[in-house]
Amino acid sequence: MSTHASRLTRQRVRSAWLFLAPVLVVLALVAGWPLLKTIGYGFTDASLIDPASAKFIGLDNFSYLLLDSHWWAAVWNTTVFAVVSVALETVLGLVIALALNAQFPGRGGLRAAILIPWAIPTVVSAQMWSWMFNDVFGVINHMLLALHLISHPIAWLASPDTALLSIILVDVWKTTPFMALLLLAGLQMLPQECFESARVDGVHPLKVFFRITLPLLKPALTVAIIFRLLDALRMFDLVYVMSGNSRDTMSMSVYARQQLIDFGDLGFGSAAATMIFAIIALFTAVYLTVARVGRER
Amino acid sequence: MKLFLPRFLTMLLLILVGSSGAVRAATLSISCGAVGVEMRLCRQGVEAWAKQTGNQVKVVATPNSSTERFALYQQILASHSSDIDILQIDVVWPGTLAPHLVDLSQYIGKDATKQFFPALIANDTVNGKLVALPWFTNAGVLYYRKDLLKKYHAQPPATWQQLTDTARRIQNAERKAGNPRMYGFVFQAKGYEGLTCDALEWIDSFGGGTLIDADGKVTVDNPRAVAALQLARSWIGDIAPRGVLNYDEEESRGVFQSGNAVFMRNWPYAWALGNAKDSPIRGKIGVIAVPAGGTDGHQTGTLGGWQLAVSRYSQHPELAADLVRYLTSYAEQKRRALAGSYNPAIPALYRDHDVLAAVPFFGTLYTTFEHAVARPSRIAGSKYARVSAEFYYTVHDVLSGKIAAAPALATLQQKLTRLSRGGQWR
Repeated sequence: MSTHASRLTRQRVRSAWLFLAPVLVVLALVAGWPLLKTIGYGFTDASLIDPASAKFIGLDNFSYLLLDSHWWAAVWNTTVFAVVSVALETVLGLVIALALNAQFPGRGGLRAAILIPWAIPTVVSAQMWSWMFNDVFGVINHMLLALHLISHPIAWLASPDTALLSIILVDVWKTTPFMALLLLAGLQMLPQECFESARVDGVHPLKVFFRITLPLLKPALTVAIIFRLLDALRMFDLVYVMSGNSRDTMSMSVYARQQLIDFGDLGFGSAAATMIFAIIALFTAVYLTVARVGRER
Repeated sequence: MKLFLPRFLTMLLLILVGSSGAVRAATLSISCGAVGVEMRLCRQGVEAWAKQTGNQVKVVATPNSSTERFALYQQILASHSSDIDILQIDVVWPGTLAPHLVDLSQYIGKDATKQFFPALIANDTVNGKLVALPWFTNAGVLYYRKDLLKKYHAQPPATWQQLTDTARRIQNAERKAGNPRMYGFVFQAKGYEGLTCDALEWIDSFGGGTLIDADGKVTVDNPRAVAALQLARSWIGDIAPRGVLNYDEEESRGVFQSGNAVFMRNWPYAWALGNAKDSPIRGKIGVIAVPAGGTDGHQTGTLGGWQLAVSRYSQHPELAADLVRYLTSYAEQKRRALAGSYNPAIPALYRDHDVLAAVPFFGTLYTTFEHAVARPSRIAGSKYARVSAEFYYTVHDVLSGKIAAAPALATLQQKLTRLSRGGQWR
């Protein structure tokens, strides 16, 4: 009996692998191979114009990278961007998700409408916002001046103090709807019994939120945050469109692109790209470990 | 490989027909820009040559962004691909791409280069090899508001100091008169290639050189360059909005064209747009050369524009060179000037009556092109992009007040010297 079951299991496992094989092959070709190739280039002095004449130079690229203060500035910018934007998006997204979870007329239409910022291609919305942030003809300064909140126009994207902040604001505008939708899906799967008994017992809504909703929502929240963090850490298009190669706002991806494409330094650019991969992998591992420990406790 | 099938079919057809020209007929491919009417004009020119010579030419569209196009070319050439025979290349690329390009002087007559602007031919000659021929040119120019200068009885500025004074006077008067958003001068000071172009004009107009001299020596740290950057620094927050530190060409045009600036430094393309039907400043724009630095300075303008080059991996270099010769000829450049206001790379066309009748402001541009200054891309070769980046980051730091001009240029001098390994750029 047991041998029969195990043969069945073996058969199932075998067919599972069979079905998975095409996907694994495709993944290895389109993700694995380029990744390995990039990591490999990181140890050479390859140039974009003549990659064939690349020489192996060991860890030179990496040691130079770790000593480059501009790289660390890029790491810092990316971290600030990721942490602040994801935190704001999570809080705002949760508020919106809770509001949309309530029953009211026109809910379907509103749900679709909040997705508009998310649906606009980032390059388009980044260009749109950088015009709105323009200090002379931009609508944002115009409004703030009209409301007497500021006395003279602010050069939002030109000054180092406000440039990163502006970019974070645009990302929050763009990505909060996505966060809200993920959390709304999580909210709708929660068991209604807990909420009903809480209502019967007359528990204060705030207490319901912190004691019931939030703990139950935690798995969905964990997934949503990891999605956004991974996205934010490799952030490129917003920064590149809104402030180009400026070192005040340069992210890790912008740094790697500049080395790889602008300077044609395939070896060093690949080393930077490899480091980005390593940093994101590290971030993910730490986050998942912390999340799991939190759940088991 | 892509070319194999069409070429094979053409050959087959010609053999079957038994045409005597079968031996020479071939299919070439050319990459053209696709900004505005560019693609249509390119196609027309190419088809005219194809008809004359009995060959076929495929026109390949490439990305509009020049950095993307540069990356694509590098990849195509690095793989020794024969897919593209003729490349449209930017004025700063010959130095980097030269090893992959054909020396055109072996296919065209020695005198054929005489008709072009000497500065452009010098730019396209790398280590004695003529790697490209100029197709159309470009240079930085100064735009001004004719109506405002007239209103305040001011002359178009010949020096930067005059520009500074006029800009401040008109800006302050216009602000008092009820436009608080009026500024004196806008330009490109975002940290990118555009700032390299603008700042090179400032330094060159003061007689401060072109960062690197013809022998490869770094020359950027000199008192004239310091004076130029100090003057530019004084504009920020005074006659120029602080936001100029993040302006590219289009953002500065946005401010100027909405009527909020007296002067603007930009490329010739802004002329047609500023005079378009829906432009608030239509008919109120004047164009002059970029001003001189001081009494011993000179007018200038950074050289831009596009060239045609033949890939070393082309199967038909001789035919490709002939197509390049045809496309860059007097007649074809004249046609492009008339049909698309492309600035010819041939000085004689700026005195051509048909051209001047169709595009009157070409006459004004002529002096600018004659005095245009080239970026040090030929001498710096494949390191040019790094040189340019170090330069625009330094200038950006000076303009935003992070560091004073003199120590900034001293540091830049050190960085560039180290980058060149003491003046040896290759």
